[in-house]
Amino acid sequence: MSNTVQARGFEFRKNSNKRLKALGFFLPAMILLVMFYIYPLFLTVFFSFTNKAMTGIHAKENNFVGFSNFIKVFMDPKFRRAIWVTLVFLLFSGIIGQQVLGFFYALLMKKKHKAIRRFVGMSIIAGWITPDIICAFIFAAFFAKNGTLNLMIGSLGIKPISWLFEFPLVSIIIANIWKGTAYSMLMFQAALDGISDEIMEASTIDGANSLQNLRYITIPMIKQTFSITFVNVTLGTLGTFVMIYALTGGGPSGATTTLAVFMYEKAFVAYQVGYGMAIAFIMLAIGAALSIMYVQAMKGDQ
Amino acid sequence: MKTRKNIFQNAVLILIGVGFLVPMLWIVLGSFNPEASQSITIPKHFSVKNYAMVISDMSILQGFFMSFVIAGAQSLLVVIISLSAAYPLSRFGLKRAQTITFSLLFLTAIPMTAVMVPVYQQFIMMGLVDSVFGTILFMTTTGLPYGIWMTKNFLDTVSVELEEAAWIDGCSTFQSVTKIVLPLMKPGIFTVSIYTFVRSWGNFFVPFILLQSSSKLPAAVKIYRFFGDRGEVYFGPLCAYAILYMFPAVLLYSFAQNYMSKGFAMTGAAKG
Repeated sequence: MSNTVQARGFEFRKNSNKRLKALGFFLPAMILLVMFYIYPLFLTVFFSFTNKAMTGIHAKENNFVGFSNFIKVFMDPKFRRAIWVTLVFLLFSGIIGQQVLGFFYALLMKKKHKAIRRFVGMSIIAGWITPDIICAFIFAAFFAKNGTLNLMIGSLGIKPISWLFEFPLVSIIIANIWKGTAYSMLMFQAALDGISDEIMEASTIDGANSLQNLRYITIPMIKQTFSITFVNVTLGTLGTFVMIYALTGGGPSGATTTLAVFMYEKAFVAYQVGYGMAIAFIMLAIGAALSIMYVQAMKGDQ
Repeated sequence: MKTRKNIFQNAVLILIGVGFLVPMLWIVLGSFNPEASQSITIPKHFSVKNYAMVISDMSILQGFFMSFVIAGAQSLLVVIISLSAAYPLSRFGLKRAQTITFSLLFLTAIPMTAVMVPVYQQFIMMGLVDSVFGTILFMTTTGLPYGIWMTKNFLDTVSVELEEAAWIDGCSTFQSVTKIVLPLMKPGIFTVSIYTFVRSWGNFFVPFILLQSSSKLPAAVKIYRFFGDRGEVYFGPLCAYAILYMFPAVLLYSFAQNYMSKGFAMTGAAKG
């Protein structure tokens, strides 16, 4: 009896104009997403083909200029330099720094004493939960001429250096590693905890050494975590703005101007909207490609 | 042999931990040191003078207040709107549910920095530049893809049968959600709201671009305007300001750690 009533109740809910009801539930989210996400993305495509500016004669009327923004962008040696700086920054701070080191830390921390795991974990996570702007202040002081780094190496007899002027790119790379490593580390820790001890023991009994275990068991088993963190770290590094802008302002003379900083300068300081949009378009295209990889990796997870 | 390797590995780990801690230590020690400089120094006498200076400054307090308003309103809106959107995705057995869910996941990964250029144009066209309301709406939108994705995953873990029983007893969908689903989803709602709040609290770029009046700036931008633009920086108050600014984020993080790790395991997590 109760079964049929329940079934009928469920049927009733199911058939009562499900799609219309679903639409009603979606509506608030949809309005916002279309207004502030989808529409701006279309704007990017549209404006990157016009000569729009924020001030001057081109502010009111803007004309279709075809690919000239993109040609201008790619011909600009400053843009090409920004691409190069971004790639170096990405490779050293994102891929090698955050991802490889994060994996290495997670591996080292496996099966260690709880107190040590806690201490190391906390000190790495501290940077991660610190707001970007505070990280920038922390490293501005750390790398300053009379800052902590010089104090430390001074005890070894090395003369103080103004790090942000002498080695600007290295400095922001270190700062970004400090800031971001926790994410990869946490992801890898979770993945490593998921590998059962039995598999490891079995292969050890079969005569595999720890390096072989790593190469043939651990890494293949957490391949997916590698792709997910790779995409997220890359996206995060591409979008890094505050850390660089507040530390070096993109300088000295463009040495730390990544795509994000370059785009900000063009769109919000020089007011060349079309040019800025073209850079935004390129960044979004890279982002979209990475996002598709991310979704594919997550799909495999489900 | 084994123990020797272990001791070596532990030593490396402790060294790494200390290395990560050193830059942070400066801000903690400096906040209690009225004569703080750019390098780590143990204060000759601990004092809370820096803190007193920071919290007696009206403009700084206003910054904290604005951060609370923006992050609070954003979290509330994200939780409500996400729940509303995630409900049919989880419950109605829609054919396209998976496509929609994965499109949302796609949106979570779009670089925000690049979106700000067109969004600023749009804010000019809509007359929303320097509007706190507009900023909150936009920030809510940025939180939605991940919010809906997480809420849907949590909703999937709440059994449908309980809800059906409530319907038979005459509850409306709204009642079954508020009386049955919500209490069971507490960990999920905590995760989404805390995650949104912490990210919003630390966000610099969005208010930096969209807000202009000094009275509307949240703490993140205010600290930059206050200390970043000045030639001569007072490091003691800067450190105290930073500690006060970080405090809510750290507190919420440690409070939510258990919930968060659950959410992480379930959703793979987005970059924080």
